[in-house]
Amino acid sequence: MSKIEIRDLTKSYDGTLNILEKISLDVEEGEFYVLVGPSGCGKSTLLRIIAGLEKITSGTLKIDGKLANNMLPKDRNLSMVFQNYALYPHMTVKDNILFGLDVKKVPKDEQKRRLDEAAEMLGLTPYLKRKPRELSGGQRQRVALARSVCSQSPICLMDEPLSNLDAKLRGQMRTEIRRLQKKLGLTVIYVTHDQVEAMTMGDRIMVLHGGKIQQTGTPLELYNKPANTFVAGFIGSPQMNLVQAKRVGSTLVLGDSVTLPLSGEEIANLPQGNQWQIGIRAEQIEPASTGTEGVCRVKVVNTEMMGNETQVLFEVGDALFTARWTGQYLISIGSDLAVHLSANDFHFFDAEKGTLIRPALHIKGRAALSA
Amino acid sequence: MNKTRTIVTYAVLTVAAVVMCFPVLFSLCLSFSDLSDILRGDYLPDSLNLTNYINAFSTQPLLHYMLNSAITGVLSTVLQILFSLLAAYAIVFIEFKAKKFIFLIMMATMMIPGEVLVITNFQTIRSWDLLNTYAGLILPGIASTFGIFLFRQNMMQIPMELKEASTVVGMGEFGFFWKIVAPMVMNTVVTLAIYFFLVNWNSYMWPLLSTTNDTVRTVQIGLRQLKNTEAVSDYGMMAAGAMVTSLPTLLLIFFGQKRLQEGMTKGAIK
Repeated sequence: MSKIEIRDLTKSYDGTLNILEKISLDVEEGEFYVLVGPSGCGKSTLLRIIAGLEKITSGTLKIDGKLANNMLPKDRNLSMVFQNYALYPHMTVKDNILFGLDVKKVPKDEQKRRLDEAAEMLGLTPYLKRKPRELSGGQRQRVALARSVCSQSPICLMDEPLSNLDAKLRGQMRTEIRRLQKKLGLTVIYVTHDQVEAMTMGDRIMVLHGGKIQQTGTPLELYNKPANTFVAGFIGSPQMNLVQAKRVGSTLVLGDSVTLPLSGEEIANLPQGNQWQIGIRAEQIEPASTGTEGVCRVKVVNTEMMGNETQVLFEVGDALFTARWTGQYLISIGSDLAVHLSANDFHFFDAEKGTLIRPALHIKGRAALSA
Repeated sequence: MNKTRTIVTYAVLTVAAVVMCFPVLFSLCLSFSDLSDILRGDYLPDSLNLTNYINAFSTQPLLHYMLNSAITGVLSTVLQILFSLLAAYAIVFIEFKAKKFIFLIMMATMMIPGEVLVITNFQTIRSWDLLNTYAGLILPGIASTFGIFLFRQNMMQIPMELKEASTVVGMGEFGFFWKIVAPMVMNTVVTLAIYFFLVNWNSYMWPLLSTTNDTVRTVQIGLRQLKNTEAVSDYGMMAAGAMVTSLPTLLLIFFGQKRLQEGMTKGAIK
């Protein structure tokens, strides 16, 4: 039985515009489930519906197998971590952590035990007497997590909990939250707009866009077989390079400007039709050694030197492609560059609808995948 | 340039301070002076003569009036704060129909001068048989649009997340109001309470209308009664009465200011 089960859920505020449309999902017990999408995609609304803070327009929500459409938030037995932590400024860290336990009539000695345990777990023991404003951003975040831990609710909903932290701290907290979740066996539904968080933390990810499910799957499923160009562009950093392509004889013309000669094997692997939108990951564009096949010449727009890797930006028709090469490549901006592309590494999408027709046949570092 | 500016600023402030302090200092001088000296135009007392103070308290039951003022002042203030808090809470945190419209109407009442309402209020209080009672003195003033407005502005700064977090753990509206919202707007509560108390203590028109005898009469009316309407008024005694009655308000401001500053700086470290 799924911990949380949603069927055909639709949410609308005014009856005409659907914020969420026909959402169905199953979250298993102990699963880390990530809802990801750009701002305004409805992910937070979905989370708030699960929490009981928003009403459902149509469809069903079940928690622990029980219909929860109209269940009061407190009866759903879940905790929630908010983007701005929802700490009460006039209460001490201790009272903030224990917030809600009085309402739930947890005995004092039990509260004390839980507090000590949670504070220990999150390294908050020295700060219990302080007020939230005396804490750093990361510590406030920990207090919010400790509150969730103390509630001992089996389900934890997190609404962009790391978005107010700086990049370094965010990395640390990602690990910490994941560790905590595994240790306590929590079922977590985690909302984020950051695909890095989604990829690194999620057991499964749901990509939302415009209130509709774009794709659901494990991080690698989404990365390797994006269901459409939206998912392809959203998951992965730098984002997938996308451009219109058409087949002309034994070549593929990308963005009406770059011609890529194809080998017999590549031609055989082409999907039906002769016009697509193609996508290729930055790491699958290789620097060309002279004379090899599959080489095209492009104009370099910019390079980003990281030291350990070089990102080369070049024009392909109207689109800007990014290639990511390990090592230091000193390339002058504006110069002509030969890059090696293989149509077997391309994802082929429907030219109009943007749905996936054929994923890439090779993934770097892995044996060939079946189409 | 900067120096001239400082000089001008201080000059203006000094003049203003003199103008504002003059009535107080003048009364203080009068309160220690003999009536014959005052009538001769000699306003500076030679010694600290307390006769005027003794006379003021013996002519009128000033202590009794002050007690009445304290009772009505405190009760009014408490009720005004309470109702303002509750109304503002509802406007900010509870969804109901025509909320904006109702709030607009509330705000519109700020445009109506209090004097306009005096007649109807008087008729209401009289028909309820509440003349010469504390209730009659207090009731008409317990709804304060100004208080509601101020608390609303204050509460709107409380993030909705805090409310949602309390909803998730199952805390009810009243729990959230009492345990979270009220403590968070405590600075405003203190500021407003001081302001309300001063207004109540100093109010003149309504207590004058709604009291016809000494039982609940407040100190401002008592002060007025020190003025003799038939013979020459004893200005020294009147000044002494005024000094005594303004003492609590002055104390409140001094004490409150400290408390206020504490509260302000406490909230400011963020």
